[in-house]
Amino acid sequence: MATQQKILLLDDDQDFLDLYKEMLSQHLSCLPEVRTASSGSRALSLLESEGFTLLIVDLNMPKMDGLQVLSIARRKYPQLKVVVLTGIRDDQFRTRAYAMGVDQYWIKPESDQEMGLFMESIESLLSREAQGGFRGVQSKSLVDIIQLECLSQSSSVLKITNGMVEGKIWIQNGEVIDAEAAGITAEPAFQRILSWKTGSFEIFPADPLRARAIFTSYQGLLLNTAQAIDEAAAVIPGEAGSGEAPVTERLNNQMLLTEVSQMHGVEFLLIMGKDKKAEDYWGLENPKPVAHWVRQTVDSFRELGERLQVGEMQQITGTGPHRKMTLAFSGRSNLCVGFQAAATAEQIRETMRTIITKWAS
Amino acid sequence: MGLLSLFSKPKEAKLMRLPSGSFTMDADGKIMTSTLPQSFPESRMREIGQHVLASFRVARQAQVPLSEVIINYAALKLLARELRGGAIVFIMPQTLNQPGRP
Repeated sequence: MATQQKILLLDDDQDFLDLYKEMLSQHLSCLPEVRTASSGSRALSLLESEGFTLLIVDLNMPKMDGLQVLSIARRKYPQLKVVVLTGIRDDQFRTRAYAMGVDQYWIKPESDQEMGLFMESIESLLSREAQGGFRGVQSKSLVDIIQLECLSQSSSVLKITNGMVEGKIWIQNGEVIDAEAAGITAEPAFQRILSWKTGSFEIFPADPLRARAIFTSYQGLLLNTAQAIDEAAAVIPGEAGSGEAPVTERLNNQMLLTEVSQMHGVEFLLIMGKDKKAEDYWGLENPKPVAHWVRQTVDSFRELGERLQVGEMQQITGTGPHRKMTLAFSGRSNLCVGFQAAATAEQIRETMRTIITKWAS
Repeated sequence: MGLLSLFSKPKEAKLMRLPSGSFTMDADGKIMTSTLPQSFPESRMREIGQHVLASFRVARQAQVPLSEVIINYAALKLLARELRGGAIVFIMPQTLNQPGRP
């Protein structure tokens, strides 16, 4: 038997809480249990003591505002679905809320029709599978989508985004015909894309001109991929969560250094691991001073970003008289690339795109 | 109703919009000029400025002096230029509808 869904509703307006508690608990087909909180601190203590499926939060509240609650809730309860329901029609707050990882942003409904749409969206959000880190148009896992597309004999192109890296899977008449990611194609690219643990995807119309490069059936592909991922995770026990073993990572870093050393305009490259020590580098006699700057700058501006509630830090670029430096980040590590001072913004952007694609893959 | 509303406690909302604008800070961390609205607290400006000055300082110590640093967040861009030991900092909130946004 499925467990009852629990919704936590946070707003400083008691009339609003009473009304929406009744609406949500009686008109959603899953008949969820709805709890209310009139302050951010009360909501956080309820989240701490009870498990919730969904948090619906207002933004404009005294003492602790909705963005502060969101920032804490997102960090402490990454599986919690979050919907903003507010009267604020301001694009900046919408952007900041999405940057902080909310699932939906709603203006408080002002008509029956809007209320109906809101209830439908909540119903749909609650019915999503709890598993899988992918968020996409259908709110299904990537494997689910591939299976659905293939079973229904569809033709489409799936575009998958994992941080700054993109991948594509071409499906023609229910068969996976090609894949592309991080400079590789066909089956290895398919396996690479499916190894990504988080990301988002979109479905685009079919591309009938795409030549077939994968000849294995989709069931065989999914089976091979699951096997490859299991084997990679089993290389070093205890490292399964990170997806790749440190040894493999060091090898990949060395390959990246070799490739980057041949790129025009790049002066140096420094890859720093999770422990923030200078891990691998090229073009630097002594990486320690630059590593110190990277460490200090990343920590400092990440903390500032959290305090300003402006979402993830995406990139830092520094310009000096002798060189330019760009920092990029992934969950595991930081990358610092030094460019010649004469490098243009466009050259840096293009080179960084190439490097990040190779790095993340 | 009008009379009652005089006695009702006004809603004290704390949500703060990030403004667009710039400010300058000297080498000691003192705010010199600002084009930001007065509603944006000076303490917040100082906080941003301190992070920027620290980044310039550590870069100098690391023998990679910088004259400009740009920090891109999902919903904000900060651009800071070194200014005789201090800095000028531009605050540029980013929105989803912004043209050219990736």
